Amino acid sequence: MNESEGNDQPTRRKVLECMTWVGTGVLWTISGGVPHSSGLIGEATAQETGGLTFVQISDSHIGFDKPANPNALGTLQEAIGKVNALPTKPAFMIHTGDISHLSKVSEFDDADRIIAESRLDVHFVPGEHDFVDEERKLYLERYGRGTKGAGWYSFDANGVHFIGLVNVFDLKAGGLGNLGNEQLEWLEADLKGRSASTPVVVFAHIPLWTVYPDWGWGTEDSGRTLEYLKRFGSVTVLNGHIHQVMQKVESNLTFHTARSTAFPQPVPGTAPSPGPLKVGDAKLRSLLGIATINFKQNEQRLAIIDAPLQQ
Amino acid sequence: MGTNLATMAFVAALLGGAAGAGLAAALPSSAAEQAAAAVAIDNFTFNPQRITVKAGTTVTWTNNDDIPHAVAASDRSFKSKVLDAGDSYAFTFVTPGNYQYFCSLHPHMTGTIVVEAESKERPR
Repeated sequence: MNESEGNDQPTRRKVLECMTWVGTGVLWTISGGVPHSSGLIGEATAQETGGLTFVQISDSHIGFDKPANPNALGTLQEAIGKVNALPTKPAFMIHTGDISHLSKVSEFDDADRIIAESRLDVHFVPGEHDFVDEERKLYLERYGRGTKGAGWYSFDANGVHFIGLVNVFDLKAGGLGNLGNEQLEWLEADLKGRSASTPVVVFAHIPLWTVYPDWGWGTEDSGRTLEYLKRFGSVTVLNGHIHQVMQKVESNLTFHTARSTAFPQPVPGTAPSPGPLKVGDAKLRSLLGIATINFKQNEQRLAIIDAPLQQ
Repeated sequence: MGTNLATMAFVAALLGGAAGAGLAAALPSSAAEQAAAAVAIDNFTFNPQRITVKAGTTVTWTNNDDIPHAVAASDRSFKSKVLDAGDSYAFTFVTPGNYQYFCSLHPHMTGTIVVEAESKERPR
């Protein structure tokens, strides 16, 4: 990876625009909150080993069978194939929710079977489609071991602190995503006493920043989350739910949403509702994908590569 | 004699119903019109978003989207199972009041059912 910055580097705004709209993957790093582009995937050299690499997949919606994708299980399998073909084997996978489409046992079974083909440890957080039954039993039975409340938890890997939050329960009429007081108090206690130089990764289904309130794309009480996180030198927030890549950088906080492996959704304001975007077969796989996230040791840099299933 | 009476009663029932009370079961046509109302779910909205019905009305929600939705009352007085594309859910409102509800999967979708007391019509 090219370390030095030249004067011909793209501007920050241009890189962010590219990240949001373009289907190709851009390899970039963040240093001091400012992203530096290192070129397109085809040109990038292999990742240095010694850091931490993991993948994010999201919104597999197993059970969905409508246009533009009658085979959500098939495209999930393609995504796992892509994970297995990565040049650097990831340490683990994070799934940011909507594993299933209707919280059915058969859907969870199918998703688990395909995801297991990655042979990676997987850390899940639920989406609203996984919590369709009131007691949330099915999801928590499978993925809730070691979690608290509606399924939140934290763990450490290679000196990085990971926090899985749940913002799809106790939803209120007219509201957005919801974390709730109990979870926020747990989060505050979980972060207390940790060194500010610890890189932190927070993952949750619905975006923790307000992407588009008209479509419910935000979390009511995420302000408190960000208050607890802002003292840390490097914070990455990984979300799903909106079925497209969006990024936002605010000093030491980087927000990233991943593509779905099942179906795309429209860009905010370009359609009457956030329902599945019906695109032609040829275009579908360019709008589905996975994300690879790499930490470099000792520098707290972060590289996020969004790779579509097909260029 | 019996035939004439039966015929007259039959004709009376056909003509008005009230005169034939006790003899024939009159079609409850006016009651049927007020007993049912429909809400369509399209593009992540409830249509009409606000309806007013009489107590005793059955409201049926139908999901016309290709994404699942679910109907949940804010006061927890009614709640549907998840409705996949094409599914319906019906609930009969017996108690007057204002019922705010939302989609439990997509809470920014909201609607209101206003239930008015049943007005006094025919004695039962």
